[in-house]
Amino acid sequence: MILTNTTNYFAELVSYLSEQMGLGGQILAYVIVAAIYLGFFAVAGLLLVYIERRVAAFFQLRLGPNRVGPWGLLQTIADALKLLSKEIFGTNRKDKLLYNTAYYLVIIASLVALSVIPFSIGVQAYDLNIGVFFISAVSSVGVLGIIFGGWGSNNKYSLIGGMRSGLQMISYELSSGLAILTIILMAGTLQMSGIIEAQRDGFFIWRGHIPALIAFFVFVIAGTAESNRTPFDLAEGEAELGAGYHSEYSGMGFAFFFLAEFINMFIISAIAVTLFFGGWLAPFHLTDGLAYQPLWGAIWFFLKVSVMIFLLMWFRWTFPRLRIDQLLTLEWKYLLPIGLINIVLMAILVYFNLVF
Amino acid sequence: MEQVTLNTADLKSQEYFLNMGPQHPATHGVLRLILTLDGEVVKNIEPDLGYIHRSIEKQCEYEGYKQIIHLTDRMDYLSAHINNEAVALAIEQALEIEVPERVKVIRTIMGELTRIASHLLWWGVMGMDVGALTTFMYAFRDREMINDIMEETCGARLTMSYSTPGGVMFDLHPNFVKRIKEFIPHLRSVIPKYDELLTGNVIFQKRMKGVGYMSYEDAISHGASGPVARGSGVSCDRRKKGPYSAFASQDIDFKEIIYTEGDNLARYNVRMKEMLQSLNIIEQLIDNIPDDGIQAKTRALIKLPKGEFLQRVETARGDLGVYIVSDGKKNPYRVKFRSPGFSNLNALIEIGKGHLIADLVAIMSTLDFVVPDIDR
Amino acid sequence: MSYIGNIIGGVKTLLTGMKVTGNYFFPSVFGRKYTITRQYPDEPAIVMDRFKGEVVMWHNDNNEHRCTGCQACEIACPNGSIEIIWDRVLNEETGKKVKVIDQHIYHLGMCTMCNLCIQACPTNAIMWSTNFHNSTFDRSQLTKVLNKPGSKLMAGVEE
Repeated sequence: MILTNTTNYFAELVSYLSEQMGLGGQILAYVIVAAIYLGFFAVAGLLLVYIERRVAAFFQLRLGPNRVGPWGLLQTIADALKLLSKEIFGTNRKDKLLYNTAYYLVIIASLVALSVIPFSIGVQAYDLNIGVFFISAVSSVGVLGIIFGGWGSNNKYSLIGGMRSGLQMISYELSSGLAILTIILMAGTLQMSGIIEAQRDGFFIWRGHIPALIAFFVFVIAGTAESNRTPFDLAEGEAELGAGYHSEYSGMGFAFFFLAEFINMFIISAIAVTLFFGGWLAPFHLTDGLAYQPLWGAIWFFLKVSVMIFLLMWFRWTFPRLRIDQLLTLEWKYLLPIGLINIVLMAILVYFNLVF
Repeated sequence: MEQVTLNTADLKSQEYFLNMGPQHPATHGVLRLILTLDGEVVKNIEPDLGYIHRSIEKQCEYEGYKQIIHLTDRMDYLSAHINNEAVALAIEQALEIEVPERVKVIRTIMGELTRIASHLLWWGVMGMDVGALTTFMYAFRDREMINDIMEETCGARLTMSYSTPGGVMFDLHPNFVKRIKEFIPHLRSVIPKYDELLTGNVIFQKRMKGVGYMSYEDAISHGASGPVARGSGVSCDRRKKGPYSAFASQDIDFKEIIYTEGDNLARYNVRMKEMLQSLNIIEQLIDNIPDDGIQAKTRALIKLPKGEFLQRVETARGDLGVYIVSDGKKNPYRVKFRSPGFSNLNALIEIGKGHLIADLVAIMSTLDFVVPDIDR
Repeated sequence: MSYIGNIIGGVKTLLTGMKVTGNYFFPSVFGRKYTITRQYPDEPAIVMDRFKGEVVMWHNDNNEHRCTGCQACEIACPNGSIEIIWDRVLNEETGKKVKVIDQHIYHLGMCTMCNLCIQACPTNAIMWSTNFHNSTFDRSQLTKVLNKPGSKLMAGVEE
């Protein structure tokens, strides 16, 4: 099921400019799209950092940043400026190539994954027909950056952090992949817009009832693990490893790791929303007949994503951290068997048409 | 083609050293552990002390007996009042003076408040060490109430220097009883929440249960004391075994918490239950504080008779011994503090072996070090 | 069956934990109910009246203090925070030489707030102030002269 009737604004921009100015116009269009995504990356990253700090503060009976700008909104921008102006220094005998490519890999992986996420109707840089697969493939490149950083830093704490992160990522990719597959059985397509379109009559979390619910829980747990957040933040493990794989990074190198972590959280939430909660679709067709459909779509999408992100933050500020062997036990003894049984269950349900 | 066979017996992992500390978030100060690791498994632990050594024992030899007390604040700063009390009791024992009953009661109440404050801080930091960052602020909110009580009466929040030989520095503030009565129900209401948030949590239980096992014999042979030993089933509470202050003069009903499992969870539970017992003690004493003065008669310049004097008290961390050798002059000839943390650290070397780094951090947390106490 | 029981029991404990933090979070966002932050420069700090901030010497309106220069505080101080520079001056009325302080020097940087000097003072000349704004850029500013310039001993205060 390849959708052709909806317009993709980015594709239209490219075709319009290339018609007007030829090859130069095409390149210009690509640059504009890239700039939009980079801008989104920076703004969303900084905003998420701000929200995280604020939410954490309220969980901990504090107020959080509230001095710079209205409600402290500019605090993270000030912090980013501070990090930009800092001197960059690392360890003495670092592996220069790995050390310096690490944060680019992390940031590129999350940027590329961002490009196939449908923010609203037709607001999607690439509507790949293997969209979900592409995301899970690309986001696992990010772990390479973490391992590079851990190895290249020439620091034992970083190395332990990097290795832990690799172990964790390889394990939890499986579960999140299985959870995604469960939904794809219902959707019948890997294309992001197709998955959303298939949920027009009811979100998958509702239509797939029990297996979809289980898949959702598995995906949230695996997603939290993939974005290296607290119940699973062994790679950083503040109390154990200092700062883990980014101990030896300063200035913008550190900031890239930091931002990428938050963008990963956004990506995980966006995938969860797309797969289980209908992406930019309005629940119960609330806003279907209204004007400015793309705008409404964006509003619903970001609303759902922010609820998901809040859930992840709630996890982070409540739970203690797992140990590395418990992390693997959880994956291989609990999540993976559950995921496998769940996919069989879903297949049976879909075959006998027992889903709503 | 040549056949390549891999003999797994030839495959060896390499052990490596890791410096944990002196600047490390899990060592709660400037303790340095030289770890021998195989992967993440701890093979050997070698604590290295001396980063915060201030030679308090030596300084004591140059100070008068009244002046020693303010130095002991800086040893185990989380149970500062109990340290003060220990020195004051040792001097009173040597001078053979009987302090007024009011002083005994005040000292005991303050000591138990200090114990609660210390355990609260420990609980917050324990949560942080296993990754639950929110516990820290909850514990500090409640600890702040104790600090306010301390500040109101003693004039300082942490290093009170409240006990003096023969009495206490100031009388109780008029608000003292009222504030305590506000605090007791508050803490009683939040401790169940603590249990819901952290103790019952399945991740926390898995991290704690069966980790860091210390047997009854090990606890005794390492000289462990306080909640650490009581978690291994050793009955060692100085408040029961060698009562002092109001524990000796009044009939106080409280339980010595003993768990026999000997693991992290046992040590954790001992401290959680101890907080409630301390509240019981305060509750029994707060209503009838006798009114017979706050200072026994002492000379302005105290001189101890020739001899050796030992006083043991139960701090939040365990058995603190104050050993004073006097040659009859205005300064002690020698002062020795037997600090609980030092022996408990000794136990870490044994029980930390074979665990992962993450477990080592949790074990260190349940042993509840205060590094200036280990490293006087 | 214990496998599924484990999972359900575990999830239940996780949800109880989330309930606790959630119960603090939502009232804190909507109404600041549990927020305990005091925004210090805007809201005044709570300082108890007995707070041991620094040692000060009390002066009355005529710039007179109560310090006789007996040096009891200097002896009582465990770490030499107090130094008194004194002199003997002939009292013209009685014809006797009396001790008069020139400077009562107090090293705040060395003081551990142990209260021994104030306990030792026979004439209640020195006392605690609750001032806690003691940070300076220069260590030398922490050395203070407690008696005000030109001040003299209050009449009637005897050694």
